[in-house]
Amino acid sequence: MFQPSPWRADFPAIAALQRQHQTYLDSAATTQKPQHLLDALSHYYTQGAANVHRAQHLPGALATQAFEASREKVAAWLNAADAQQIVFTHGATSALNLLAYGLEWRLEAGDEIAVSALEHHANLLPWQQLAQRRGLRLVILPLDANGHIDLEAALQLIGPRTRVLAVSQLSNVLGTWQPLQPLLDHARAQGALSVVDGAQGVVHGRHDVQQLGCDFYVFSSHKLYGPDGLGVLYGRREALGLLRHWQFGGEMVQLAGYQQSSFRPAPLGFEAGTPPIASVIGLGASLDYLASLDATSVVEHEAALHRHLLRGLNDREGVRILGAPQLALASFVVEGVHNADLAHLLTEQGIAVRAGHHCAMPLVNSLGLDGAIRVSLALYNDSHDLERFFSALDQALELLR
Amino acid sequence: MSLPDAAREALDVFEQAAGWEQRARLLMQWGERLAPLDAAQQCEANRVHGCESQVWLVAEQTDGRWHFKAASDARLLRGLLALLLVRADGLTGSQLQQLDLPAWFTALGLGRQLSPSRSNGLNAVLQRMAQLAAGA
Repeated sequence: MFQPSPWRADFPAIAALQRQHQTYLDSAATTQKPQHLLDALSHYYTQGAANVHRAQHLPGALATQAFEASREKVAAWLNAADAQQIVFTHGATSALNLLAYGLEWRLEAGDEIAVSALEHHANLLPWQQLAQRRGLRLVILPLDANGHIDLEAALQLIGPRTRVLAVSQLSNVLGTWQPLQPLLDHARAQGALSVVDGAQGVVHGRHDVQQLGCDFYVFSSHKLYGPDGLGVLYGRREALGLLRHWQFGGEMVQLAGYQQSSFRPAPLGFEAGTPPIASVIGLGASLDYLASLDATSVVEHEAALHRHLLRGLNDREGVRILGAPQLALASFVVEGVHNADLAHLLTEQGIAVRAGHHCAMPLVNSLGLDGAIRVSLALYNDSHDLERFFSALDQALELLR
Repeated sequence: MSLPDAAREALDVFEQAAGWEQRARLLMQWGERLAPLDAAQQCEANRVHGCESQVWLVAEQTDGRWHFKAASDARLLRGLLALLLVRADGLTGSQLQQLDLPAWFTALGLGRQLSPSRSNGLNAVLQRMAQLAAGA
C-alpha cells in the first residue's frame, strides 16, 4: 500500500531531484530543505545583510534581532532553560572540538575519557587527540550484538578516573538509540562531565536537555533540515563556565590590548569571528517549520517507512543488516557482493545512498567489514522511494550474482 | 588519436553499449581480463589509498616504456582498471604525461566515474600513475 509523505511538497528539492531521476535516501548525511528556510534566507539577503553584535545601524539591529531570535528558538527546541546556554559553532564537529579544547585544562595525565565503540569520527578524534596531548586514557565502551552500548560493561568502565563521557544519542551506522539516561546518571555520580552527540538523534523526536541531564549536547543544523556551516552546542550553565576560550578574534573579546585581553562568557565568548548569520536565521526558520508539524504524525510516518525498509531488506537473500536499527536508517552488506560494486550500480540507477565506512571506521572495522551501504530516511520520503530502491537493489544483485 | 588495439576494441564495444546495465556487464567482463597480481605484489607499498575499495597498482619501466598491473577487490573497479591499462600500458613517460585519461573515460561513456565525489578509487589511481610518470 502506498504511503505518501504529507510534507513532501514542502521540500522543493525533492521534486527537482525526482526530475533528475534521483531518489534521495541519504538524509542521515544531510537533509533537503523546506521552502520556509529558503524564504528566510532569501529574505535576509534581499532585505539587507548586516553583521551581528557590532553595528548600531538599523540593518545591524535587525540582523542581530533575527540572529538572537534563532537562539531562542533553538533553546526552546531543546528545552534549555536560557537562550544564553546555546552556542553557535560552524558545525557539530566544530562544537565537539570546542569542547575538547575548552576542557583540556581540567585534565591531567592518567585521567580517563570514555567514548563508545560506535562513535562518529567527530566524537572520537577530538577526544583521541586530546588524550594524546595530555597523556589521558581513552576508554572505549563496548557494544552488545544489537548495537547498543553494553550498559553493564559501561557502568564498570566509567569510574572515578573518568572525567568526560562523550556518547552518541543515535548511531549514524546502526540506527540504535543509546541508553543515555543510565549512562548520564552514572557519569554524574562519578563526577564526570557528559557530552551527548545529538547529530542524528536531534532529527527524530524532541529531546529535553534538562530532562536528560547532560552537561553538553551537540548537533548540526544541516541534518535537522537547516542550512549547513552551523552547529549548536548546548551547555548546562555551570558546565559552560568550565570551558576555556579556544578561538580568538571578533566579538568574543571584552577588552583587547596589545599584550592582554579579556573575553566574554558563553555564548558570545565562543563565537569568534563573524558567525554564519544567514544559516543561524535559516535554522530558526526550519525550526518554525518543524514546530508547525504534527509531531506524532511525523514519528508514525518515519516509523512506518523504517519498518518497510527493514522488511524489504530482510526479505532479500544474503542481506545482512548491521545491528538492530530502531529507526531512521539501516546499514547492510550482501554476502558475496562488494559494497563498492553495489554502490556503483545503485548510483547508476539514480539511488542516492551512502556507501563506505560512514565516518565510523573503527566501528565498521570492528564488525569485520570495510564498508556497508546505508539507506537513511527523512520525513519527506515516501514508500515509492523505498520501492525504487528495492527494485534497483534487485537489479544490481541480479547483475552481480 | 592512434590507439593500441585493445583500446580500440574497448572503445568500439563501450561506444555501442546501450544503457547502464550493458555498460556494467561489459565492465565486469573487462575486469576478468586483468592479469592477476601475485600475493607479494598486493602489498602496502603498491596500495593506492583514497578508495573505498582496495586497489593495488604495480608499475615497471622497461626500455623507456611503462607497463602496469593493477588489482582490486571490487569487480566494477577491476573493469575500470582494465580500461585504464589498455590505454596507458606501453606508453613512454612523456606520452603518459600527455595522455588525457578523463577524455578517454568520457569517450567510453564512463566519464561520471571520475567525478570528484566518487570514492571508487579511479581518481586516486590516475593520480598515482601521473606521479609515477612525472617522477621517472
